[in-house]
Amino acid sequence: MIPILMFMVCAALAVAGAVTLIWAKEPIHSALALVLVMVALAVLYLLLGAPFIAAVQIIVYAGAIMVLFVFVIMLLNAGVEERTNFSKLAIPGVVLAFVLLLEIAHWMFHSAIGRALANGANAPTTEASTYALSEMLFRQYLFPFEATSILILIAVLGAWVLARRES
Amino acid sequence: MEFISQHPILVAAVVKIAVLLFIVMTALAYLTWLERKAIAHIQSRWGPYNVGAHGLLQPLADGIKFLFKEDVTPPAADKLVYVLAPFLALALGLSAIALIPFGPPSVRFPNGEQVFSVVDINIGLLLLFAITSMGVYGVALAGWSSNSKYPLLGGLRSSAQMISYEVSLTVSVVGVILLAGTLNFNEIIAGNGQPGQFGQTGHWFHFIPRWYVFPQIIGFLCYLTSAIAETNRVPFDLPEAETELVAGFHTEYSSFKFAMFFMAEYANMITVSCLATILFLGGWLSPFPDTGIWHYQIFLPSAGLLALAAYCAWNTVSEMRGIARLQLGVVTLLAAGGGLICLYPPIAAGVQGPFWFTTKILAILFFYIWMRATLPRFRYDQLMSFGWKLVLPVSLANLVITALVIILWPYVRHG
Amino acid sequence: MTAIPISWYLVLSAVLFGLGVVAFVFKRHIITIFMSIELMLNAVNLAFVAFARARGALDGLVFVFFVIVVAAAEAAVGLAIVIMLAQNRQSMNVERENLLKL
Repeated sequence: MIPILMFMVCAALAVAGAVTLIWAKEPIHSALALVLVMVALAVLYLLLGAPFIAAVQIIVYAGAIMVLFVFVIMLLNAGVEERTNFSKLAIPGVVLAFVLLLEIAHWMFHSAIGRALANGANAPTTEASTYALSEMLFRQYLFPFEATSILILIAVLGAWVLARRES
Repeated sequence: MEFISQHPILVAAVVKIAVLLFIVMTALAYLTWLERKAIAHIQSRWGPYNVGAHGLLQPLADGIKFLFKEDVTPPAADKLVYVLAPFLALALGLSAIALIPFGPPSVRFPNGEQVFSVVDINIGLLLLFAITSMGVYGVALAGWSSNSKYPLLGGLRSSAQMISYEVSLTVSVVGVILLAGTLNFNEIIAGNGQPGQFGQTGHWFHFIPRWYVFPQIIGFLCYLTSAIAETNRVPFDLPEAETELVAGFHTEYSSFKFAMFFMAEYANMITVSCLATILFLGGWLSPFPDTGIWHYQIFLPSAGLLALAAYCAWNTVSEMRGIARLQLGVVTLLAAGGGLICLYPPIAAGVQGPFWFTTKILAILFFYIWMRATLPRFRYDQLMSFGWKLVLPVSLANLVITALVIILWPYVRHG
Repeated sequence: MTAIPISWYLVLSAVLFGLGVVAFVFKRHIITIFMSIELMLNAVNLAFVAFARARGALDGLVFVFFVIVVAAAEAAVGLAIVIMLAQNRQSMNVERENLLKL
């Protein structure tokens, strides 16, 4: 009962945040809506039994990346989103996207794999411990781990080179 | 009544949250009193003295003043974000205190719930860092939504400072996590007193308690520095100093919203002090061993309260006049009553945990207040280069050395 | 205490992804377009975690970890480019960036 209620609340908040991101006139409101989406998703990760990922999502995604977005919006004193005539070619794209969504939902509830997933019967009852996750991260996925650390170094250097003032 | 028996966890949690919220709000108010009195005495003056006996009703007077002040909103401000920012700051500051254990987990309610911590999460430390990292939004949004130059600059500088020192805050704590092997607060505290990898009993040389502050002294110093910078306190409070940026990010806030920022700052101070106590200073563990004459340490809380009652009684009789005499007399009676209640052995044993935890938190908070009274403040560029070029490399070096020692120590010991 | 079917999480992930695509297509402000990319990445993360739970394997969670890290790196570089763009062009509207148009 309580997990279903929490899922409904968090899903509603996530969708509301995404809709606010589209509807808001000011980019700062869109940024705050995205933070709301991320926090709602973190609670959903907790419901799915991944507390470490929920904490990492809040610390890194909502607490650092979105702060970076908010900083850039504040620094550049980014103006209001202009309401121009949007391209009419985009409407079929949106319609097709929602058709894709309906197809996924249909597959979900009517195929064999979908039905097996749909009741979550083979879901484990224990939550993913930090220890097990770190074992996997440092043994099987050691090379991607080191590669992403070099990627972050490249990103830091690139951001610094791009954003500095030529003096 | 059957609701209580069917949902024991929920009801116990609600009761604990209500009690904790009441205690924390009172503690916030009296922390401001303590700060003003301590800074005043360091500066050879008396601080608040008139409002209640020894200024004890000053926080109440301040609260009433904040409630009745006119609430001015700048006309071009972004209304939603302007109202959201102080609520966000206060909510995050208060919710971090739910994760903290104030006493041993062995003390439980009849239905099995722990008395001294609201929740006991396996990744409690990570969630605490998550909550403090979200605290940057309160400051940044307050600066932005005021639509004015000084708050914007103050907000930007303050939030940049907070995210810079957040990195060294987390890195300086990882040494303790390596030694303890867990992210759970209760287990970290339990690891603080255990015979560890480095000796036999719970105390080195039989009198120095085996807390993590001793092997991780560099980590402790880095943590304290980063915590002071994270909470925007002196000497790192340039973004909100009065002589520099008017009042920084909360310039345009008045009355209750300003009071919320004020409370959020003190709530953050309490949170980082609690974290320092848990990680480095042994949490609710007593510094004294449990042998021989030290069995009588369970009477320390009552001894302290009775000493306070004696001092207040002497002060009531000799110095106070009029209504202050009545107020201090009430305080005397409360302290004496508390002291006598704590003489009863089961209560004395139960109150040990919170007593030591509160004592250690008060020691760290006094250190904060002491720094405010004595040190000048950093310039902003000095502050940022201090954080990135000194504190972060030192805490990283601490982490590497700790990891090396943990890996190599068994080989060194067993030859 | 009934378990929540995993398909509900997948439907939510698909809805969020669709809304991210809509935001990407219809918005004009470059930072909002960036944020819609982050929304799409979050939707995909939710799908990964849901499948990791359904299969009982932790590989999905490790992949979510890497997606978050890569999103951080991409946001940093992307926002640096946006800052350069704003300093040179004084406008945040992507329709004005048409120097390469025929």
